[in-house]
Amino acid sequence: MWQFFHKLGSPKWFFGIAARLMPWLLAGGILLLMAGIVWGLAYAPKDYLQGNSYRIIFIHVPTAFLAQSVYVMMAVAAVVTLVWRMKLADVFVKSVAPVGLVLTFLSLFTGAVWGKPTWGTWWVWDARLTSMLILLFLYGGVIALDRAINDEKSAARAVSVLVLVGVVNIPIIQYSVEWWNTLHQPSTFKLTEKPSMPAEMWVPLLLSVLGLYLLFGWLACLRMQTEILLREQRTRWVKDYVLAGRG
Amino acid sequence: MNADCRPALTLRQDTVGALAAMQTVFARDMKVAFRQRQDLLNPLLFFVMVVTLFPLGVSPEVSFLREAGAGILWVAALLSVLLSLDHLFRHDFDDGTLEQLVLQPQPLFLLVLAKTAAHWVLTGLPLVVLTPVLGVMVHLDGNSIGVLCLTLLIGTPVLSLIGSIGAALTLGLRSAGVLLSLLIIPLYIPVLIFGTGTVASAAEGAPAGAYLALMGAFLVLALTLAPFASAAALRISLFNG
Amino acid sequence: MSEPLLQAVDLQCERDERILFRDLSFSILPGTVARVEGPNGSGKTTLLRMLAGLNDAWSGNLLWCGKSRSAQREEFIRNTLYLGHRPGIKPLLTPMENLRALTAGRRPLPDPVLRQALDGTGLTGFQDVPCRNLSAGQQRRVALARLLIADEPLWLLDEVFTAIDASGVSAIEQLLQQRAAEGGAVVVTTHHDLRLPGMQRIVLGGGSTDEC
Repeated sequence: MWQFFHKLGSPKWFFGIAARLMPWLLAGGILLLMAGIVWGLAYAPKDYLQGNSYRIIFIHVPTAFLAQSVYVMMAVAAVVTLVWRMKLADVFVKSVAPVGLVLTFLSLFTGAVWGKPTWGTWWVWDARLTSMLILLFLYGGVIALDRAINDEKSAARAVSVLVLVGVVNIPIIQYSVEWWNTLHQPSTFKLTEKPSMPAEMWVPLLLSVLGLYLLFGWLACLRMQTEILLREQRTRWVKDYVLAGRG
Repeated sequence: MNADCRPALTLRQDTVGALAAMQTVFARDMKVAFRQRQDLLNPLLFFVMVVTLFPLGVSPEVSFLREAGAGILWVAALLSVLLSLDHLFRHDFDDGTLEQLVLQPQPLFLLVLAKTAAHWVLTGLPLVVLTPVLGVMVHLDGNSIGVLCLTLLIGTPVLSLIGSIGAALTLGLRSAGVLLSLLIIPLYIPVLIFGTGTVASAAEGAPAGAYLALMGAFLVLALTLAPFASAAALRISLFNG
Repeated sequence: MSEPLLQAVDLQCERDERILFRDLSFSILPGTVARVEGPNGSGKTTLLRMLAGLNDAWSGNLLWCGKSRSAQREEFIRNTLYLGHRPGIKPLLTPMENLRALTAGRRPLPDPVLRQALDGTGLTGFQDVPCRNLSAGQQRRVALARLLIADEPLWLLDEVFTAIDASGVSAIEQLLQQRAAEGGAVVVTTHHDLRLPGMQRIVLGGGSTDEC
């Protein structure tokens, strides 16, 4: 068990595993995402209230979902960094924070595009949108702090502390934003709280969420590999790897 | 204990209690601050000036100010606390006091708590004291001013506590001030929402007690968690130096 | 005869992807003065900060009284005095206030004792002048006053002689020697050519920049 754990912390070992996993993640991700999106966009029934514009949820919901869970994953990795000083956990945080930022931005963007036909305006200070906006700020802070600290180890640990402080705050932020929303807009009509979504709608949604997860896994592996090569550039195995790639 | 270790000098087993050490830290920060009074006034002046901008920039109408007043005061207070945070550890970092603090035998988080308490007494508390005056200037009624003061009294320590984490994380970095704001503002949002929300619902006649209790819960949470995070962050920043 | 107070075993330190030192082992016995030597950038200050517990980017073992230091951190801190480059003197406070604040968290001493310690470093008459009005050497002396009243068995002193005049330097040398005779242990880094009888040397900077 411990041996496995230590192996997991070895960048070289991870590099090999990632290389083997990545084709599967990529193929599976594209397949599921395509299936989900094509099904959702072309075959799923129209919404009786919003017509076709609701179909953006097949992109909006997966990005929003993933944007939030990436932060939680980062928090788990932050604990690992602080407690066990595992290099790989810190590589993970550093590699996926920008991905999380982009996903959050995408979910905000698709939310805004969706808002235009439904609410008649690009932006509404709705509880969910506001929470996502704050999540965007949190991601921005993590990335900014990481860039600002030169020393790799200090950066890793400082970022871990920040991510953990952020993850403690996320539920509080969401709770307070929801409370704020009821205070100011008591009658906001909530889109994503459909009492019952027919299977023709949620199955493709589920497929695209899963697909995006796999794609995220692929991208995380790719970025982590790059980061590992950068960090370990002075080691024998990286030199061998690079030379083999050239020859 | 150290039977196998016999230096000619005896090893000390006891030490100064944490409370006494906290008092020393607190007293020193107060003394340093009062030697440089201008630095104490700056956040207050900033507070007043930001509040002044709103009637000038938006509208001096009584109805607008009455509606927005609590929010304006809260945002201004938040910003001036933010402005003062950069000083929380910086001077100690520059002159080496922080190293000595980390090497004190008492738990670091308690010493950090003492420093944060001094920060609050020097910035947050004066803001609360000044609030009634500014509240009158933005035409808040007496009840709202009272509730606003209470929310600030509970809320500003939370601002100092959360801010201490950011100040510790950005210690010794280039453009630390801007970075500090980027890291900390998102974390300030719940306090701001509940601070202004409590005043708003009190103005509509709802009893403020429940919301104030909730803010008190925020304070307790910040008191228990923030000093640990700041102490950890301080160690990281210091070890980097 | 007596056990080492502090023992370093196979210390290795890497900074900015450069190995500062490796396989560094030494023992600090009670009653010794050890001088850390090496050219600029060889990691003298880093080593001292490591020993003080202000840097943890190292591998190897540090033993305090024969047992792992990390397991008895508080005990170690209580019995070690560290004076860095920047010794923790607040420019806005007077020497007395500074000394009081620096000692109060470890061992509070009555004011006359502190005043006497400041006298002893040649700050007579300056005890109640804000430190920012003092010269660099005088500010340094405020920190050094701690040595006159410190009872920690281990002292870690980084660049103690900086900004100190000739008579001050010899006074410090004398103090270190006296300390060793009393059974205290001192580790110093300095550019000053310190020569004390029986002084131990810890030499850094073998130019070990090999890659791993």
